Amino acid sequence: MAYSEKVIDHYENPRNVGSMDKDEANIGTGMVGAPACGDVMRLQIQVSDDGVIEDAKFKTYGCGSAIASSSLLTEWVKGKTLDQAGEIKNTEIAAELELPPVKIHCSVLAEDAIKAAIDDYKSKK
Amino acid sequence: MKTPIYFDYSATTPVDKRVAEKMCDCLTEDGNFGNPASSSHEFGWKAEEAIDQARKDVANLINANPKEIVFTSGATESDNLAIKGIAHFYHKKGKHIVTCKTEHKAVLDSCRQLEREGYEVTYLDTKDDGLIDLEVLKAALRDDTILVSIMHVNNEIGVIQDIKAIGEITRERKIMFHVDAAQSAGKVPIDMDELKVDLMSFSAHKIYGPKGIGALYVGRKPRVRLEAQMHGGGHERGMRSGTLATHQIVGMGEAFRLAKEEMAADNERIRMLRDRLLKGLEHIEETYVNGDLEQRIPHNLNISFNFVEGESLIMALKELAVSSGSACTSASLEPSYVLRALGRNDELAHSSIRFSLGRYTTEEEIDFAIAKINDNIGKLRELSPLWEMFKDGIDLDAIEWAAH
Repeated sequence: MAYSEKVIDHYENPRNVGSMDKDEANIGTGMVGAPACGDVMRLQIQVSDDGVIEDAKFKTYGCGSAIASSSLLTEWVKGKTLDQAGEIKNTEIAAELELPPVKIHCSVLAEDAIKAAIDDYKSKK
Repeated sequence: MKTPIYFDYSATTPVDKRVAEKMCDCLTEDGNFGNPASSSHEFGWKAEEAIDQARKDVANLINANPKEIVFTSGATESDNLAIKGIAHFYHKKGKHIVTCKTEHKAVLDSCRQLEREGYEVTYLDTKDDGLIDLEVLKAALRDDTILVSIMHVNNEIGVIQDIKAIGEITRERKIMFHVDAAQSAGKVPIDMDELKVDLMSFSAHKIYGPKGIGALYVGRKPRVRLEAQMHGGGHERGMRSGTLATHQIVGMGEAFRLAKEEMAADNERIRMLRDRLLKGLEHIEETYVNGDLEQRIPHNLNISFNFVEGESLIMALKELAVSSGSACTSASLEPSYVLRALGRNDELAHSSIRFSLGRYTTEEEIDFAIAKINDNIGKLRELSPLWEMFKDGIDLDAIEWAAH
């Protein structure tokens, strides 16, 4: 299956790969997916006191589209408020990366990951 | 060296140029284009002669009688013809069939179809090394068992089943034994005089012949009868109607003839290359070979790089044409059913890569592959949350994952 150039770019040059201390109060961590399904995505956000995402990091076990979806997401959420980031739809990710139908679940996973990270952050408050 | 490098010989092989030449002679007006069934003129006789030679060459590779070879469109058709053909012919004797979970889909789906028709099928587990426990097989046989179908060499992991021993068991109980040999012909010596096998499926394109042609060995001693699945002009002694495709059959014959001549030398060279590949990869941490390494064709190396998903690794290895046991590209998202049947956990199944080597693989290509993989595994593991958790000593099995 051929990948879009955008997927290849994110795959070869993934943005914001890394880890943050999940125990810190200003860090939200979302881990979604399952090894059994072939993809696990971990997205972490660092949130300022006024509710703006200052930084984001990810690590993903999965296919190229899953890696690209999470890489793209970290770029998009930076600078957004939690509410704005929570409104990101998987369809926007899929459209940006030109994902074929069999890879839509990768973008769904990315949407789930940011929601889970936001929930985790809020649960610490 | 040209890239991408072909490491997918178990999927298909290029047609050997010597084979292609022979095939080309059977197509055009100035060639051997006649219908082998045309018994009234020389065009037909010449075509029939070419078919007879090819039938001999195919039979020779497995030390069989040419009369025991039925040409089909490929191993899938041969499997269908053998399994459904036997089941439909012998249904009054019984309606129970025994096969194995790691069989090719052509066998498994033929059995599923028979289940829909009222037959009962037992799907045997394998041991962790991919091999069948003969005691488990024995225990599965019943008085109404009419057929056992077990592949010779597994397409994903390359392990060789002990079909000689299985044949002893089935023959003693007068149960028909079918073997899918698509992945073994030309790679493992096969002697039908020594094997108590009643039916055996072959494919041409796995050993440098053309796609679209295969054969089914149907034993004569003891006589095996089956119900045709394709009806028509009564070709192939009524077992498979349809005009014989002279060029395809000639190609298969030549491929099988060359395989007999070159198998020993090919195998030795390929084993050296496979061992070199394994040596270049096995030192990588958390790397597992899938399937037994001894009872295995030298052409296959199926290996899992834990915590790296197979498809993303394949993407990184774009200069290497390999296949993955991870099926993220298919709608099912299910990892390889063969690796799961071996008891491999899902992560390892999703992290597997199959290298299959062949006649044209070179040492330079192997060394290139080793370097590429070593370069990329580390990078992908840096990306993997599972690798990080493993390194932190977290037990991944203890986590409750939200399956999606």
